Amino acid sequence: MLKSKTFVKKTRKGGVLKVVREHYLRDDIWCGSAACGGCPQDRPVLEAEPEIDSTLCGFPHYLIPDTNVVLHQMDVLADSAIRNVIILQTVQQEVRHRSGTTYQRLRDQSNNADKHFYVFTNEHHRETYTEREQGESSNDYNDRVIRVATRWYNKHLQENRKDGDTPKVKVVLLTNDRENREKAQKEGLLAYTVHQYVKALKGNPELVDRLAQVDMGESTDSDIKNEATGRVLFPEHLPLSQLQTGIKSGRYLQGSFMASRENYLEANVLVHGDDSRSIFIQGHAHLNRAVNEDVVAIEMLPEDQWKCPSSMVLQDKDGDEETSEPDLGSPKGRSNAIPSGRVVGVIKRNWRPYCGVLQPSGIKEATRHLFMPAERKIPKIRIETRQAESLQGQRIVVSIDGWPRNSRYPKGHFVRKLGEVGDKDTENEVLLLEHDVPHQPFSQAVLNCLPSTPWGITKEDLACREDLRDIPICSVDPPGCTDIDDALHYVEKPNGNIEVGVHIADVTHFIRPNTALDQEAANRGNTVYLCDKRIDMVPELLSSNICSLRGKEERFAFSCIWEMTKDADIVSTRFCKSVICSKAALTYAEAQMMIDDKNRNDPVTVGLRGLNALAKILKKRRIDAGALTLASIEVRFHVDSETHDPIDLETKELRETNSMVEEFMLLANISVAKKILSDFPSCAMLRRHPQPPPSNYDILIKAGKSKGVDIETDTSKALAVSLDQATIPGHPYFNTLLRIISTRCMMQALYFCSGTLPESDYFHYGLATPIYTHFTSPIRRYSDIIVHRLLAVCINADKSYPDLLDKYKSQALCNNLNFRHKMAQYAGRASVELHTQLFFKNKVTEEEGFVLFVRKNAVQVLIPKFGFEGTIFLKSQDGRGEDSPFVFNEEESSQTAGEVKLRMFDRVVVQITVETSHIQHQKLRIRLVKPQVPGFTVPPVDTSNSAEPPVKKVKT
Amino acid sequence: MAGLEIISDQGYRIDGRRSSELRKVCARMGVFTQADGSAYIEQGNTKALATVYGPHEVRKGRGKIQHDRAVVNCQFSMATFSTGERKSRPKGDRRSQEMSMHLRQTFEAVIVTELFPRSQIDIYVQILQADGGNYCACVNAATLAVIDAGIPMKDYVCACTAGFIQDSPLLDISYVEESAGAPFLTVAMMPKSEQIVLLEMNSRLHADNMEKVLDLATQGCKDVFAVLDRHVRDHVSESHALMTAS
Ligand SMILES: [Zn+2]
Repeated sequence: MLKSKTFVKKTRKGGVLKVVREHYLRDDIWCGSAACGGCPQDRPVLEAEPEIDSTLCGFPHYLIPDTNVVLHQMDVLADSAIRNVIILQTVQQEVRHRSGTTYQRLRDQSNNADKHFYVFTNEHHRETYTEREQGESSNDYNDRVIRVATRWYNKHLQENRKDGDTPKVKVVLLTNDRENREKAQKEGLLAYTVHQYVKALKGNPELVDRLAQVDMGESTDSDIKNEATGRVLFPEHLPLSQLQTGIKSGRYLQGSFMASRENYLEANVLVHGDDSRSIFIQGHAHLNRAVNEDVVAIEMLPEDQWKCPSSMVLQDKDGDEETSEPDLGSPKGRSNAIPSGRVVGVIKRNWRPYCGVLQPSGIKEATRHLFMPAERKIPKIRIETRQAESLQGQRIVVSIDGWPRNSRYPKGHFVRKLGEVGDKDTENEVLLLEHDVPHQPFSQAVLNCLPSTPWGITKEDLACREDLRDIPICSVDPPGCTDIDDALHYVEKPNGNIEVGVHIADVTHFIRPNTALDQEAANRGNTVYLCDKRIDMVPELLSSNICSLRGKEERFAFSCIWEMTKDADIVSTRFCKSVICSKAALTYAEAQMMIDDKNRNDPVTVGLRGLNALAKILKKRRIDAGALTLASIEVRFHVDSETHDPIDLETKELRETNSMVEEFMLLANISVAKKILSDFPSCAMLRRHPQPPPSNYDILIKAGKSKGVDIETDTSKALAVSLDQATIPGHPYFNTLLRIISTRCMMQALYFCSGTLPESDYFHYGLATPIYTHFTSPIRRYSDIIVHRLLAVCINADKSYPDLLDKYKSQALCNNLNFRHKMAQYAGRASVELHTQLFFKNKVTEEEGFVLFVRKNAVQVLIPKFGFEGTIFLKSQDGRGEDSPFVFNEEESSQTAGEVKLRMFDRVVVQITVETSHIQHQKLRIRLVKPQVPGFTVPPVDTSNSAEPPVKKVKT
Repeated sequence: MAGLEIISDQGYRIDGRRSSELRKVCARMGVFTQADGSAYIEQGNTKALATVYGPHEVRKGRGKIQHDRAVVNCQFSMATFSTGERKSRPKGDRRSQEMSMHLRQTFEAVIVTELFPRSQIDIYVQILQADGGNYCACVNAATLAVIDAGIPMKDYVCACTAGFIQDSPLLDISYVEESAGAPFLTVAMMPKSEQIVLLEMNSRLHADNMEKVLDLATQGCKDVFAVLDRHVRDHVSESHALMTAS
């Protein structure tokens, strides 16, 4: 029943639509304060005697921040020193509307009992509801609403004090808006700016550094001048309303801003709603303060002003306040100009906290400093700090607050310190943070969901599972693998056919839907592998013990069992939950040895031989259908057992047994995909891999042509065939290089929910199969957990639950999984890079490399032995390059210096060192040794370690 | 940013109600004198008018005559001005026909039709303003009108919706909440015996949640009953007072 009968109608007009909404006012919304004796509330959130030591507010008080304070000063509000805060519904809704991430952080605060954040539903409270006056702007209205609520709290707390002993609690309004503050003070309220309030806090001096530097001297008038030179540096951003009309009318385009990693003065904007359309942006003024991943509005430039990417590698070096722009090359190559535009406004900032280091400053006492983010796509950030000295040589986290028109760099504030630069734990932390990898230890709530140990299989378990413990099942994995999620078996049947089984760890038996463990795993999305560390998706007890299909131990499995003919034609497929006992947990090498050893004829070995034979047939069939074999070099570090520093590295070798396991996993995934799609046409979780647009292949075709090789890219089959044929006698590495380049032409494979796309889009291009999913690694991928649950419902082995069948929730989950998957890959690569650096520390190494790309001022070289790519700068970075002997030829993409010409695929010898002169930002330095260019190349080091590099066997 | 937040962390809906609260219900009986019975109801911003004629002899289509009971004829319509967009709504459109049919089924089940063999009872319902839960408002208005007409019923019939949005069951969902695209149930029931007369679901709802939502809707119907019953009693005592006074 209704508690309150009063109601006011709100009318909102939009076009000719008149929307009338009811708005109920209530008198059962409590104040949330323990100091109040008037409200019949169970568990008041706000403390009765809030304590905070302040010179400004030396009395017990609660805080009421306004919307902008919440939006900009979340780092301050999130500090443990700030407690007892009242968040008004008005503020909360506005924050939700303006920034999803801040809203989430705000919610986290309200959910944290130690913080005493109380959300007051002021708009439905009978006494704090405020009607908007005619002609009142929404800003003024919101400010007034906040003041009304503040006044109510003051009065309410005064009138309803529990007893005489409790101290009088006041409320303090925090607002950086001068007008609002003055009005509040006139009404007799306590109102301060955040800066006043924080500076007056005793015992928390470091909190001052976290204050965001917004609306400090920033104003909207057009004559803002550069602080140093008195110049306006950037064009104005148009207001949002104007951008929206512009976008609607087609004058502006909305898109995601993607800064270039290689050149800080270039970016691309991916136009929303048109995936293949990308607009090029060049130069400070046109980039106009957009930061990577912002959603921006752009205006197209007239065609005669279109630019072409400078193909220059450029890093922001100087710290001066000017926007002096290096010469990016005049747009003389008109034919190469691509659609270009300029940023006219920012629709949504997507800033996050960034890791990086402080740039050393010449002046000791200076409080203004430049911060260099680890991510090259992010500009340097100007921050104010008084602890600069103690932050030198440290990795720190900084947030951007704003980017005024008169500032060369965005302004930000210090958030926290991570640790020393170069320290491996710190650097690992940096790369986990930078890739948004959740890596905190599992919470108690999550650990509580784990089965108790010692764990064993009970009779009830056996009753509802197939007993496959006597079947010769074995697993084959890389050495040192502790999270074994798949095992295989092969048995010949009396009728001449063969029974092949793939057994996958039954993780969903332990991870039940909607438990804390399940939610944590869903958020993590996958296990992240770094060189020296694994960040598990599920706690170790499951990943390395109870779920892991260890040898000679009884485990639960989800089995996919086929009956096949000797020619690998599937006769029938069935799925079941089972109990297995793996006879052996083998490495790829061990399995290979068993297959090759003619004297062994035990059931496991016989099975392996049988599987191997079938796998070859399956593989051939797949390749004939057009599946691609692409190349990427993976390296493995040998790590010193004590220092954990890398001491050696090798490229991973592929054996026949790798491919054997892979074939059956592919087959199982395809079989499962078909099954779940047929039973759940609208909510099956599948994986698709779209065909790249033809333009993606330009670079590959051009590369092939430079060596007189034609690459067909019409279908995956054509591509596979032409890659197979692309060989050059005397250049054994050419084919691998081509495959590496084609890998980069590919699109990302994605998880999706079947109900959200037409069936023609389910296609997996790389594997050349019409449908695919992930079923085989539930220990390390959450997608597989969902697929297991769907399949379990299909075979009546488990119940469904609401979210599993909700295609919107399922798609939202897919989006998170896709993001986590991409980030896990990036984090893995960054970890390799970090270890490569550690490996080359204090060493001078000479190695063979191949030119992958030729740029205007540099060449990019792949060094196969170490599996990494480096840049050799041929000209100084400002691009003028009078001192360089190299001449760039854009047509044939070559760099020439006298007799020496560098082109794609050319073999070079390079010297690798770690540049330590710049202690803040260590990086690998690569210099040319051969071919020799007088005055440019470095002499070879003594020949003891420059033995001929091994020629890698090229797999086709 | 995600669209509207249908229910806040604090448990308040967009219009300020909690999850198991009805909208404000206002009702009037006997609004027309010409009809045998009439009633007007407001459930929040959903407003419906019902008139009842009969029981009278079957005029058109004598083939419909039932020898053991009365036939119930229902007609549902929506006023042109009932939604934000003004548009003319032909009486016979599919949606209206469906509504008419549901209403007929509902009232055939509760009216003691055996008392009036070979006759007909007409129930006309019009939605004057639509803001979610149209069917419910129609049923509730028609119940009052039938009572006003003095036609015997086995019990009141009360209707209410309950939806499942953002993982929580919500009672008496408004148009905004309806448009959030989540599944909801429409339940018409006889509140005393808890017999369900009509149950309609607009989209799929997981079986695990069905019970929660149905329980809430049942409670909602009982709440509606309490309000309607009070109105009927007030109306009766008022009319009684008028009659004795005159
Ligand atoms: Zn109170």
